[in-house]
Amino acid sequence: MKELLLGNEAVARGLYEAGCGIVSSYPGTPSTEITEAAAKYPEIYAEWAPNEKVAMEVAIGSAIGGKRSFCGMKHVGLNVAADPLFTVSYAGVNAGMVIAVADDPGMHSSQNEQDSRHYAIAAKVPMLEPADSADALAYTKAAYEISEQFDTPVILRMSTRISHSQSLVETGDRQELPLKEYKKDPAKYVMMPAFAKAKHVVVEERTAKLREFAETTPLNQVFWNDTKIGVIAAGSTYQYAREVLGDSASYLKLGMVNPLPVKLIQDFAAKVDALYIIEELDDIIETHCRKIGVNGIGKELFPWIGEFSQKLIAEKLFGEKENTFTFPESIPGRPPVLCAGCPHRGLFFVLNQLKVMVSGDIGCYTLGASAPLSAMDTTICMGASISGLHGFNTARGKESAARSVAVIGDSTFIHSGITGLIDIAYNQGISTVIILDNSITGMTGHQQNPTTGYTLKGDPTAKVSLEKLCAAVGINRVRVVDPYDLAQTRQAIEEELAVEEPSVVISRRPCALLKYVKHKAPLKIDTEKCRGCKACLQLGCPAISVANGKAAIDDTLCVGCGLCADLCRFHAIPTEEEKA
Amino acid sequence: MNKSIMIVGVGGQGSLLASKMLGHVVMQAGYDVKVSEVHGMSQRGGSVVTYVKYSDEKVWSPVINEGEADIIISFELLEAARWVGFLKKDGAVVVNNQEIAPMPVITGAAVYPENIGEKLSQIGVNLKLVDALKLAEEAGSAKATNVVLMGAVANVLDFPEEMWQKAIDECVPPKFLELNRKAFALGRQCR
Repeated sequence: MKELLLGNEAVARGLYEAGCGIVSSYPGTPSTEITEAAAKYPEIYAEWAPNEKVAMEVAIGSAIGGKRSFCGMKHVGLNVAADPLFTVSYAGVNAGMVIAVADDPGMHSSQNEQDSRHYAIAAKVPMLEPADSADALAYTKAAYEISEQFDTPVILRMSTRISHSQSLVETGDRQELPLKEYKKDPAKYVMMPAFAKAKHVVVEERTAKLREFAETTPLNQVFWNDTKIGVIAAGSTYQYAREVLGDSASYLKLGMVNPLPVKLIQDFAAKVDALYIIEELDDIIETHCRKIGVNGIGKELFPWIGEFSQKLIAEKLFGEKENTFTFPESIPGRPPVLCAGCPHRGLFFVLNQLKVMVSGDIGCYTLGASAPLSAMDTTICMGASISGLHGFNTARGKESAARSVAVIGDSTFIHSGITGLIDIAYNQGISTVIILDNSITGMTGHQQNPTTGYTLKGDPTAKVSLEKLCAAVGINRVRVVDPYDLAQTRQAIEEELAVEEPSVVISRRPCALLKYVKHKAPLKIDTEKCRGCKACLQLGCPAISVANGKAAIDDTLCVGCGLCADLCRFHAIPTEEEKA
Repeated sequence: MNKSIMIVGVGGQGSLLASKMLGHVVMQAGYDVKVSEVHGMSQRGGSVVTYVKYSDEKVWSPVINEGEADIIISFELLEAARWVGFLKKDGAVVVNNQEIAPMPVITGAAVYPENIGEKLSQIGVNLKLVDALKLAEEAGSAKATNVVLMGAVANVLDFPEEMWQKAIDECVPPKFLELNRKAFALGRQCR
C-alpha cells in the first residue's frame, strides 16, 4: 500500500518491518518523530531515555541480548552518545543495531551545524544516507542486514529536509524475528585493553570488507544520462541536483556514505567530462575523491555553510537568477516567541528586572534571550547552564555568584544538568540554579520525561522528585515558586542570591499548551483606564499590542495568565478575581 | 504537469492540517507528491512555511525556491508579503485578510506595513483576499480558518469536490466534521 510518510515516519516503518524490538531515544529536532512513530507499533518496546548516551547504551544492551534495537537523536545528541559509539564499534552486535542521527543544515532548530559523517569515519562504522522517505524505509531495513552481516552498529544519517519531508512509500509486512541466543563472550563484549587490542584488528578488517561491499551494494546507484556532466551526491543534495540538471547529467547517488567506494567512483569519474561533487556541510566525499586520485569541482564552488536547494545549485552552475516579485517595503521579521501564557515568561521578566547574569540552556526557554525579555547571557549545550555558571562564578568570585543564575528546563536538567549541580555541591560552589519545571519536554513538541510521571507510551510510572534529587546531591536550599506570581518569584531569587551557599529554585507551572491545563478567560483592556504606558509590552507576550495609544489583547491567543494585569499600575486589565 | 504550492503563516495557525488535506487530495488524484515542512522553533509563533509539490512525473526536490511557486496560500497578510518573491510571475496568492503583529512590531522595533493587499496588487501579484477568520467564526469556530482558506484554494485548483470532501473526512476529527465541512463550503463561495 502506498502511503505519504515523513522521512522520520518511514524510518519508524522500517524499524517495524525489520523486526526491531527495542527503541530508546532522547528527543531532538529533527529526529523526534522517528521514536514517536515507532512507539505507536505495539510490537515495539519504545522509551525516552534521560539522554542520548543512555539511549545508545540501552540499544547496545538489547543488540547484545539478541533483539534488534534502535536509538535516535539529533546531531548534537551524537556528541553525548559518542562514548558508547566508539567502543560498540569494537564490540559489535549480536542482533542488529541501528542508530539514526539527524543533522540540521541551515540550523532550523539547533545550536550548531556539525556534520555527523565525521563520526562514522572516526568510529569506523558504516553510515547510510537516504534521499527520500522510500529510501528511509528501505535503508533502515538494509541497515539491519549490514549490522548483522558485518557485526557492527550502523548509522542512518538523516537531515532536516529528509526527516521532515513527506513522500510516497510502499509499506510491507513485519518480519518477526526470534530472540537470538546470548552467549557469554568476554573477548567480544568486555572491552578492556587485552580484548580491545584484538578487536581493533577486527574493526580494520571489517572496514576493508565494508569498502568492498560499498563497490557493489545497490545502495550506491549510478544513473547514466548525458555524460558531459557527472554529479556525485547523497541525500537531499541528490534531489536538488536532479531537479536542476535532469537528464543533462549522469549521477552517482551514494546511499552508503561510509565507507565510500573507490573503484565505483573512479569508473564514474572516468566516463564523465566534468565532475561535480555536491555535498552540504563538510567535504567528506570530495576529500575521499582526492585521496583516490579523482578530481572534481566541490567546495571551490559550493558553500560549507547552510542548507542547499535547487536554486543554489543552479546559481552556482549557471549563474542563473530568477526575476521575482519584490515587496516594496521592509518586512519585519517574525522570530519565534514564548507562547501566550508560557510559565517561563514571568521568570524571565523577573530576571530581566534583577539585571543578573543568566547562564542559559537548551529548550523553549532559550527564547528568553530575545527582546524584550533579553534575559540570557550564554547558551552552549545541554546542561552547560549549571556547570558553566560554576566556572563563571569560580573565576569571578562571590560577588558574581550574588548576581548570576543558571536556568535549565526539567528535561534538560535530567539529561545532563544534574551532574553540573553535583559539581557545585561537591566543590563548595555557591551558585543559584533555577529549574524551569513545566512538566514536559516542550521545545521538541511535548515528550514525557523522567520528571513527568508518564512513559513514552503514556503509562503512569515513577516520577523523579526534583526537590529530593537536589537535596540528595547536597543542596540544602531548595524551594519552589510559581512563575505566575512575580512578587514571590522575585523575592525567592533575591533571597537565594544573597546567601553564600548553593541553592536551587524550582520555577514550577505546566506548559500552557498542555491539554490538561485549564485556561482562564481571555483578559480585556479597560480602554478608559489604559494610559498607553506600554508597561505590559515589557512581557513580550504575543497576545498584547498597542494600537492608537491603547493596549489591546488578542482574545484568540490570551489564556488569562494575568501577568500583564499584575504589571498595570492603572488597573486597566481587570482579572476574573477583580471582576468578581 | 507539475505544481508547486506554498502554505505560509504564523506558527499555531493550523497550516499542518492544510498541507495534510492538500496531500490527501493530490494522492487521490494519483500524482507523485512531496510535502516539506519545518518543525521545531517555528512552532512558537514564528513564520512557518510548508511546501507541497506534485507532478504526473517524479518530484525530485521537496522544497520550493524563489520564483517557483504556482500558488502561495497565506494565513496572514505580512507572511504573504514576506514570501511573495517565491511566486512565479503568473502565479496566484490566496491570502487570509488578517494581520498578526510579530514581536518586533509589538516592541516598537519595526512597523507593520499598511495596506499590504493593495501593495501586492500594485506590483502585479494575482491576489485573492479571503476573510477567512470571519467566515470561520460564521461556520462556528475561529479554529476553522485553515479549512475556509482551503475552500478558497479549491477554486483555483482543479480537483473534483469529492476528493476535497474525502480529504476533510480523513484529516479532521469526527466531532469537528460538520464545522469543517461548513467552513470549507464558505471558503468555496469566495470566488
